[in-house]
Amino acid sequence: MSEDLKILDEVTQSEYKWGFVSNIESDNAPKGLDEDTVRFISNKKSEPEWLLEWRLKAFRYWLTMEEPVWANVHYPKIDFQDIIYYSAPKAKPVLNSLDELDPEIKATFDKLGISLQEQKRLSGVAMDAVIDSVSVKTTFREALGELGIIFCSFSEAVHAHPELIKKYLGSVVPHTDNYYSALNSAVFSDGSFCYIPKGVRCPMELSTYFRINSAGTGQFERTLIVAEEGAYVSYLEGCTAPMRDENQLHAAVVEIVSHTDATVKYSTVQNWYPGDKEGKGGIYNFVTKRGICAGDRAKISWTQVETGSAITWKYPSVILKGNYSIGEFYSVAVTNNMQQADTGTKMIHIGKNTKSTIISKGISGGKSQNSYRGLVKINKNADNARNFSQCDSLLLGDKCGAHTFPYLEVNNKSAKVEHEATTSKVGEDQIFYCNQRGISTEDAVNLIVNGYCKEVFNQLPMEFAVEAQKLLAISLEGSVG
Amino acid sequence: MLIIKDLKASVDGKEILKGLNLEVKAGEVHAIMGPNGSGKSTLASVLAGRSEYEVDGGSATLEGEDLLDMKPEDRARAGVFLAFQYPVEIPGVSNANFLKTAVNEVRKSRGQEILDSKDFLVMMKERMKLVEMDKAMTQRSVNEGFSGGEKKRNEIFQMAMLEPKLSILDETDSGLDIDALRIVSNGVNALRDGERAFIVITHYQRLLDYIVPDFVHVLYKGRIVKSGTKELALELEEKGYDWIKEEAEALNA
Repeated sequence: MSEDLKILDEVTQSEYKWGFVSNIESDNAPKGLDEDTVRFISNKKSEPEWLLEWRLKAFRYWLTMEEPVWANVHYPKIDFQDIIYYSAPKAKPVLNSLDELDPEIKATFDKLGISLQEQKRLSGVAMDAVIDSVSVKTTFREALGELGIIFCSFSEAVHAHPELIKKYLGSVVPHTDNYYSALNSAVFSDGSFCYIPKGVRCPMELSTYFRINSAGTGQFERTLIVAEEGAYVSYLEGCTAPMRDENQLHAAVVEIVSHTDATVKYSTVQNWYPGDKEGKGGIYNFVTKRGICAGDRAKISWTQVETGSAITWKYPSVILKGNYSIGEFYSVAVTNNMQQADTGTKMIHIGKNTKSTIISKGISGGKSQNSYRGLVKINKNADNARNFSQCDSLLLGDKCGAHTFPYLEVNNKSAKVEHEATTSKVGEDQIFYCNQRGISTEDAVNLIVNGYCKEVFNQLPMEFAVEAQKLLAISLEGSVG
Repeated sequence: MLIIKDLKASVDGKEILKGLNLEVKAGEVHAIMGPNGSGKSTLASVLAGRSEYEVDGGSATLEGEDLLDMKPEDRARAGVFLAFQYPVEIPGVSNANFLKTAVNEVRKSRGQEILDSKDFLVMMKERMKLVEMDKAMTQRSVNEGFSGGEKKRNEIFQMAMLEPKLSILDETDSGLDIDALRIVSNGVNALRDGERAFIVITHYQRLLDYIVPDFVHVLYKGRIVKSGTKELALELEEKGYDWIKEEAEALNA
């Protein structure tokens, strides 16, 4: 990532001016959702007819569906007609210097250890500091293009690589899958497309961090990653900056296709606005993420660190279709104050000798509720399938809750499925021990919690792991009395 | 260095320390002995600031500063170190990482420069020798899966790293075999420099063969009822506590 940071630094110094300001007003769709909204979005993106039809099909299907209520989360009913489904990126207020920045945001930046240059970019100080997405793309594309790797926005891919999009869009998460994936399929604004050709090992971590055009259009994001035979890619979904997105509802869809002998690693750090201490505001994050190990010995590994959002509803899953394919899920989900999280994974074993690992670490503080929900399904023909699940919950204080909902469906006698679960509290003894060595209570809690999450953090690329640790510290502030 | 005056303390409403007086000067080693339930570990906990212990009266000052008014971490930074009777496990946090955090917190509060990783490693390597500690132990999670002897060695190692002014050893000898006892004691003796003070809480005279005290005190029913030199420990070993109890009861009557 240090190489990436260097590039970031270079482009933040460049003279490019962000040119979105003039046409912003006309780029908003009218509030509400009907077929015209879907057409409006498709039209805005000059999409081909087949994609419009695909969206409309999803929309019509969505109309027949009911909002799911089974998750262990509570919130007032969403008015889907009260949402603007398409809006161009908003121009941020231009500040003359960092001194004009909200001191609270400045303090958060400092805690995250974000460089001054980067702080300027994030808070919109002087427009020329804003990343020139075009030049970033160019820098990356030259290197990646030589290897035949495609990494671009979804809208671009629709035009540049329609055959690939047609082939794979909706192949892992069909629009009929669930309420929010249907909604996303109808109105998705943009997202990322990533394609690694046969036998290619992607030489750098691919990160959405560098795609500025996703800011403000991330509400209904669509990501598609395809790794051809023997390919390898590590993909980071960056929401690592303390940018507070005020959009109420996020319903993203991520699809991954991993072919024979291919490996896809997908890491997320999510820190969207969790609402205030009383639970006002905050993002509803209802995401469908699924990958398929389509060929033999394919591998998909999800790593997620969830610290933000008022409500999280998210189950990154793997369909293990190829023989000897491997699915992994490593998760840290932190809830504090009034946050609610219902998250986990699904591992669907179809191929023979398939293997899955689930490591989930839930941390709850304040009055938050944290649920793990996981399905391990072994199909009839999945001989010698293996699963190991470990679900740990850590409680900070006595007003929060941790819940575990493991579902096991085993239809093959040769399967071996293991599930371990623990619930523990950060002990007074542990905190006192740290205190007695000169470590303050707040630092002690961070140290203990980070130790508890180590297995998951170890799965993250280094720079990302450091960031995750800092985020954790911020999320847990004031969680222990 | 440490002056305790008429210290009274209770836990769960039960009075345990009932007016304890003790003065420890720089460079001195004081052993505190006494029968079970006399308040030895309570004294250690109260000095370190464990929150379950309520101070009901009296004072304790370290170099003139009111210890009892400080948060536990501030006491540690001021130079109070407690070697725990039952060291606590912190899974997933490496010993080295834990110590680096602690050492730098203490250094910060003393206005010393923060150690970078390289300097810290050098320091760690050197101090590890004091307790014959294996390098692998620094990479393991704090006390997790450590044997009883390893945990106690780790306590002394931490003490060596933190360079406290006053070290309180709470039954550090309990559960140690003779080799571990020798290693731990050598570690402590190596840190005696004429400036640092030690309070050694123990049940057994045996430890005091290795860590030779300047003074021995007998704690009984929350008070120090007898003080002497190292010979007192030998006498206790030979005669038990009954004669001391009788003497104390007679005084009270």
